[in-house]
Amino acid sequence: MINLKDYESLGGALRAAISHWARETCLIEADRERENCRLTYRQFDESTRPVVHALNAFGFGSGERAAILMTNQSKWLIAAYAIFFRGGVLVPLDYKMTPVEQVQLLRHSGAKTLFAEYYLWRAITRAANFADITLDHVIVTDAPAGGELAGATRWESLQDSGDTEFVSRSRGDAACIVYSSGTGGRPKGCILTHDNYLEQCMALTKLYPFRPGVRYLSILPTNHAIDFMVGFIGPFVCGAAVVHLRTLRPEYIREAFTRYRITHVSVVPLVLKNLERGLHQRFAELSTPRRFLLNQLIRLNRALTQRKPHPQISRALLRDVHKAFGGELEGMFVGGAFTEPATLQFFYDLGILVANGYGCTEVGTALTLSDFLPFRPDTVGKPLPGVQLRIVEPDGDKIGEVVVRGHTVMAGYLDDAELTAETIRNGWLHTGDLGRLDDDGRLQLFGRRRNMIVTSEGKNIYPEDIENAFEGLAVKEFCVFAANYLWPQHELAGEKLVIVLHPESGQEITDAVVTTASGSNRRLPAYKRVSGYLAWERDFPRTASMKIKRDVLAEDIRSQLTRESLAPL
Amino acid sequence: MRTLAQTTDEILTLAAQQFKVARETLSPNDDFFKTLGIDSLQALSLLTRLENHFHVELPDYELQDVSDFGTLAGRIQARL
Repeated sequence: MINLKDYESLGGALRAAISHWARETCLIEADRERENCRLTYRQFDESTRPVVHALNAFGFGSGERAAILMTNQSKWLIAAYAIFFRGGVLVPLDYKMTPVEQVQLLRHSGAKTLFAEYYLWRAITRAANFADITLDHVIVTDAPAGGELAGATRWESLQDSGDTEFVSRSRGDAACIVYSSGTGGRPKGCILTHDNYLEQCMALTKLYPFRPGVRYLSILPTNHAIDFMVGFIGPFVCGAAVVHLRTLRPEYIREAFTRYRITHVSVVPLVLKNLERGLHQRFAELSTPRRFLLNQLIRLNRALTQRKPHPQISRALLRDVHKAFGGELEGMFVGGAFTEPATLQFFYDLGILVANGYGCTEVGTALTLSDFLPFRPDTVGKPLPGVQLRIVEPDGDKIGEVVVRGHTVMAGYLDDAELTAETIRNGWLHTGDLGRLDDDGRLQLFGRRRNMIVTSEGKNIYPEDIENAFEGLAVKEFCVFAANYLWPQHELAGEKLVIVLHPESGQEITDAVVTTASGSNRRLPAYKRVSGYLAWERDFPRTASMKIKRDVLAEDIRSQLTRESLAPL
Repeated sequence: MRTLAQTTDEILTLAAQQFKVARETLSPNDDFFKTLGIDSLQALSLLTRLENHFHVELPDYELQDVSDFGTLAGRIQARL
């Protein structure tokens, strides 16, 4: 592995790594049973040159912003490296957002160059707010022959025209602007510096070093902080290989483990749960004697790995289970949302190590990660090297807000000094999450102080961002809340959103209103939907500028209504 | 060539088989996440079954903003 201390920027570190690992396998991209491409680090470098040259020809300068809007594929990483090579700032956009949301964030980011997959670009050009943005250069991948490009340039038409100068950046310069949320209301563009990423990478690879021969399966979106680090920067600096799948269906993911002898993968709790369900189904299909034998082996493995993991023993004991994961899986990382301890325990008992971590976009990738010494499924592990973590204003159970300080904390939110000052106070980033440190220094999470939820897919949902979906509802006013914000409880499982409806005076919530609200709800992506409504008879407290005082309203509701008052929507 | 109604009907039958629910409980306007009680990954699994049945290739993004059988049927019909 190259020594990241020697480098000032992600571009510099990646450039050195690509040269150092020239002959190692770098990327494999597969689509169903087909393998689209396989590149060594040298070939990756060669594939980057036309893109670097194009950026140069565009006059793309140091510190300029360029966005990527693609599903996981080799060209995502090629475009990202080209942007860093030219000293640019990368804006990774979530391909699962709606085109209107993507336009909002593109506009907010100030990016004038966009790399996008053809179908995502086409969707953006049809978005109602497309006229809000001016893009100078758009490069599209996967465009069909004769496809309407709407002013974009085909990736395949880019030409390599010789050497292009590397543009250096300093550690304190912005490397990426990553949106944690805020499409409907207040965009939260986290400015993450080169120092943030290089320090994060050093901390993670110290705990979980990659090496040539590691094959990392990239299934979380690369725009997601976890995959950006663990499926791009980390593997590259260590000479590991990254495997991309163009379709993320569970059956192809399962096949990929075997076909590419995957050693590492990062998942969100939803995917982990799906893998668990698949294994349960397979176990249920076993004959009674085989099922009995399996249970005995699991029990034996549990006893042998109580104090620390013994991967070789576990693999030998539970060979068939491990074969289903390709037989060479060394570990999975799970993060982005709350993972049930029972799920972590299920995998650990099978000898499959799932490292549970905790972090937020504002700190890049992770703040804590489990170390299995011993296995503690009720915690998210210890703070990573270099992360200072404290619990402030603890209650009688020692539970308080998690605050952190260190090299990985972002520089701030783009164009929002007020929010930055609210979030980072005296150098400490206030996460809004409630936690407790146990006697060994491991963090346990218990809920949130903020009005938000995180889905099992790792998506942050802020209630104010989805309120515009209910505009036009025949009520006097309405407001969306996280149920756990209205009625705090010390757990993170099953977070839900609720809508509070205040009818016109003297009226009640009619069936027609509920039907309309339900229809609006259905038009939202499934993960953003509200699960119930509350009827509220008093005017919402508001500021002088007529904004709802959400904290005051929440307190009023809390004092008068319970969860039982919720009706399903 | 199938009609859209036939395609929709076949999708409902395949979904009922895959998620072990009675065919008559499903209708084209149903939100399949809600009716079948499935998550986004399980919905993607259904897509593979539909690909094999209709002999078409459906990119994952075809399901991105779809939550009812009728719209899904329309997307498949366009590729037949």
